[in-house]
Amino acid sequence: MQHPLAVRITHWINAVAMTVMIASGWRIYNASPLFDFVFPAWLTLGNWLGGALAWHFAAMWLLAANFVVYCAYGWASGHIRRRLLPVQPREIWHDAALALRFRLPHDGTQYNAVQRLLYVLVGCGIGLAILSGLAIWKPVQLYPLSFVFGGYELARRVHFLAMAVIVGFIVLHLALVAIVPRTLRPMITGRTI
Amino acid sequence: MNAADHRRGLERVSRRLLLRQTLSLGALSLLTGCNLEDDDAVDRVLWAMSRWNDRVQAALFSRARMAPTYSEADITDPFPFNAYYPPEQIRHVDGNAWRLEVFGLVRERRAWTLAELAALPQASQITRHICIEGWSAIGKWGGVPFRDFLARIGADTSARYVAFRCADDYRSSIDMATALHKQTLLALTFRDAPLPAAYGYPVKLRVPTKLGFKNPKHIVAVEVTNVYPGGFWEDYGYNWFSGS
Repeated sequence: MQHPLAVRITHWINAVAMTVMIASGWRIYNASPLFDFVFPAWLTLGNWLGGALAWHFAAMWLLAANFVVYCAYGWASGHIRRRLLPVQPREIWHDAALALRFRLPHDGTQYNAVQRLLYVLVGCGIGLAILSGLAIWKPVQLYPLSFVFGGYELARRVHFLAMAVIVGFIVLHLALVAIVPRTLRPMITGRTI
Repeated sequence: MNAADHRRGLERVSRRLLLRQTLSLGALSLLTGCNLEDDDAVDRVLWAMSRWNDRVQAALFSRARMAPTYSEADITDPFPFNAYYPPEQIRHVDGNAWRLEVFGLVRERRAWTLAELAALPQASQITRHICIEGWSAIGKWGGVPFRDFLARIGADTSARYVAFRCADDYRSSIDMATALHKQTLLALTFRDAPLPAAYGYPVKLRVPTKLGFKNPKHIVAVEVTNVYPGGFWEDYGYNWFSGS
């Protein structure tokens, strides 16, 4: 499969920005945990709350701008429609059953239904992380947005949920690249596998 | 170079060192094999981004946009105590001896007593206090609308900053637009009673459009200025504007 240059660039910018956002976000979470656990300090970025926030509020521009560029390109070029859609339950069920028995072929010409679902899901996760992040950053100035999320405290939980969706995706994504390493090079060089 | 300049210089150096340690460890955990020179650049980029974020937030700020208000039933009880020191070190200020000094770009540089402030027209609000740590709590504050106070002291409202110094050696500062916001209060009461020591007796600044650390307690001096005043946490690296 050939990945267009715009997709490869935005993919790697996103990888860097997302790593910074998650690692610093975990440090921010640790300052006032929502649940009965904290993230191990060695996995976090910033060393203290102020450092973590500085990273988070710097990298958020990169993450959001890159996401907007990807979405604009993906929509205008038809990339999202051609490669990632449709996402249909029956197909997903069929392909997921094959995948769990390790019989799902990576035919290299198009994404299977499970892949399409996961890519669409992580796209929604990033969008949700950005919107809920804005809602907790500016609960007064962007009050309508914060209201949509049920206010500041609920928006905080949505922001955590969005992170969990993204991290869940990354774990699966990296595991699959480790299992099928030949999928890595096309995302760098753009050449077909 | 006089003593004050020296002290400021030293403070700046120790601040930088702290931030550098902070960020270098963070960067090390991110980029294996990166050296210390890179961290200086990283540090500078993060400070520059924080100043950029100040400008973005100032542009986003609207004096017409009010922080949401709540009912008495929503008030968080007990309301959390938070400061840069533990509860054992809460300052107990003598309200009779206390004075609020006024400095800088004002017409009337005089000290105010608690009784004088209490005699001014009062307002109250039930709003959400959002801490930079992430938690939030709803409280009820009453006091003098800060813009009325600024008018009484003849403050130059075209100045950029209003700075606060506190009896617990805390410092902070806010932008003039926020100082003139209708909900910014020089608060004397919490839940209709004089501010308890833990919440900043005798006077704290209540700014529902900013994070909690921009709400200084035990205020002893107000200064209107065009020189960036920074603040206790701001100098360590918390974003200065920190608007909600």
